[in-house]
Amino acid sequence: MDIATFFQQLTNALSLGSLYALIAIGYTMVYGILRLINFAHGDVFMLGAYFAFYAITAFAMPWGVAFIVAIGLTGVFGMGLERLAYRPLRDSPKISVMISAIGASFLIENVGIVLFGGRPKSFPSIALFDTVVRFGSISMLSVSLFIPVITVVILGILLWIVNKTKTGLAMRAVSTDLDAARLMAIDVNRTISLTFGIGSILAGIGGIMWTMKYPQLNPLMGIMPGLKCFIAAVIGGIGNIQGAVLGGFLLGFIEIMIVAFLPELTGYRDAFAFVLLIVVLLAKPDGLLGKNQTVKV
Amino acid sequence: MLTIENLSVHYGGIHALQGISFDVPEGKIVTLIGANGAGKSTTLKSIVGLVKPSSGGVSLDGEPLQGLQTKDIVRKGIVLAPEGRRIFPNLTTEENLALGAFARNDKDGVEEDKRKVFKLFPRLEERRKQKAGTMSGGEQQMLAVARALMSRPKLLMMDEPSLGLAPIIVKMIFDIIRTINAEGTTILLVEQNAKAALEVADYGYVLETGRITFSGPGRELLADDRVRSAYLGESTGKK
Ligand SMILES: Nc1ncnc2c1ncn2[C@@H]1O[C@H](COP(=O)(O)OP(=O)(O)OP(=O)(O)O)[C@@H](O)[C@H]1O
Ligand SMILES: [Mg+2]
Repeated sequence: MDIATFFQQLTNALSLGSLYALIAIGYTMVYGILRLINFAHGDVFMLGAYFAFYAITAFAMPWGVAFIVAIGLTGVFGMGLERLAYRPLRDSPKISVMISAIGASFLIENVGIVLFGGRPKSFPSIALFDTVVRFGSISMLSVSLFIPVITVVILGILLWIVNKTKTGLAMRAVSTDLDAARLMAIDVNRTISLTFGIGSILAGIGGIMWTMKYPQLNPLMGIMPGLKCFIAAVIGGIGNIQGAVLGGFLLGFIEIMIVAFLPELTGYRDAFAFVLLIVVLLAKPDGLLGKNQTVKV
Repeated sequence: MLTIENLSVHYGGIHALQGISFDVPEGKIVTLIGANGAGKSTTLKSIVGLVKPSSGGVSLDGEPLQGLQTKDIVRKGIVLAPEGRRIFPNLTTEENLALGAFARNDKDGVEEDKRKVFKLFPRLEERRKQKAGTMSGGEQQMLAVARALMSRPKLLMMDEPSLGLAPIIVKMIFDIIRTINAEGTTILLVEQNAKAALEVADYGYVLETGRITFSGPGRELLADDRVRSAYLGESTGKK
């Protein structure tokens, strides 16, 4: 492989890793605060893409407006999901909540098939993201450059919220000790709701950027990325934001690089995540940055 | 100021509080003593709404607190330094204190109170940036009390603040209880260390398996033979 191809693959890996990281954060934040795996998170990602699709195609919004509306709707949807599927079970055994999460996931997917149709839709082309950019002999779609940059900005904002704002402080308190947080006069329900909102907004952004890069939508498109990003969160140490970012990028790199260097393994692409998961968990059962870490949300 | 009337709490089949009534008058120190499992922590938890009573209730200055969420009760000026400290171990001293002041919006007042608690507990100032979980037990207890004070409470409730501490730190905690009270904060203190508690308290209540069996001014209870044999003989100087 020549150096040009390598750089091309590196950009691919960076943008896929960015997308994985954005989605993995949602898993890790919700787990951190409720000790719950939000199995419907991948479906929220899917909805983000569809919201943007319909905002552009059915409501004829300019793409910038459409994206903001879609991201907002995805956040509201995540908060609604928590309100309807998880909050009523707050004091129930963990297994009930988990079953509710799996149920919510199936429900969203199937309602998606009914409403959006099972056949894939193609996302309208947006010139800014579909331009081919050339550096010497390397050429790539501009979206592959936008994705890592946008992701870094969003991560910066997220870490600022979590570590520097009062809301972030409340989130960290709720994630360590629910009753103690109540004693601090924190509105626990509101804090949990906001956590779902933020996680879902990230999934929405991820979903939209995903369809910019892979412009095919279908109601089950959230399943595989959802599963992989859950794995990314576990690899990084679930409950830990930096861990989710690390896990996401690691997974993106390994997936792209193995396919690039060992094309004969391309058919096993989706299996790499699971192999990596097993290897990491055997060596570090709490994930790479798990436990004893400072920022836990 | 705080009135508990006929408070009853059930945990499933366990009748943990069987209709207790008592008052905490403004500006006083009131203590609740009793053996393990008597229902002391349950009483404090039901006052702040962490436990829902099955009957009876609590009122603050005549206003019933029934049905209010914990956050709203705390915002009314009742704060609990809970059993086992429950500081946030992965957060720093300063972050823990900021959480104590979470309901407040008066930045200057909060800063002023922070200086005050650092004066009360100079050790905490040295450990501002330290993760609370890595501090010693005594320091963590100081932080728990300091954090409670950061809300500028009208009524400060403390659940076994002396538990597991060396005698010198216990003495310090009790001195601080007096100081805080002298500055105008009403105190409801739950203690295993009955002697020390009755010595600082204006009024004491003895709780036995969910009922109040004795009550009286602290000094009178200290002198009472039944209280002495049941709680002082075994509880002085241990734990
Ligand atoms: N969450 C709970 N579920 C079931 N039973 C409980 C619960 N909390 C307390 N109890 C029971 O209620 C009774 C009173 O408990 P409580 O914690 O109020 O006692 P306490 O007086 O604070 O004791 P200690 O001095 O040991 O702290 C005990 O019998 C206890 O086992
Ligand atoms: Mg107790």
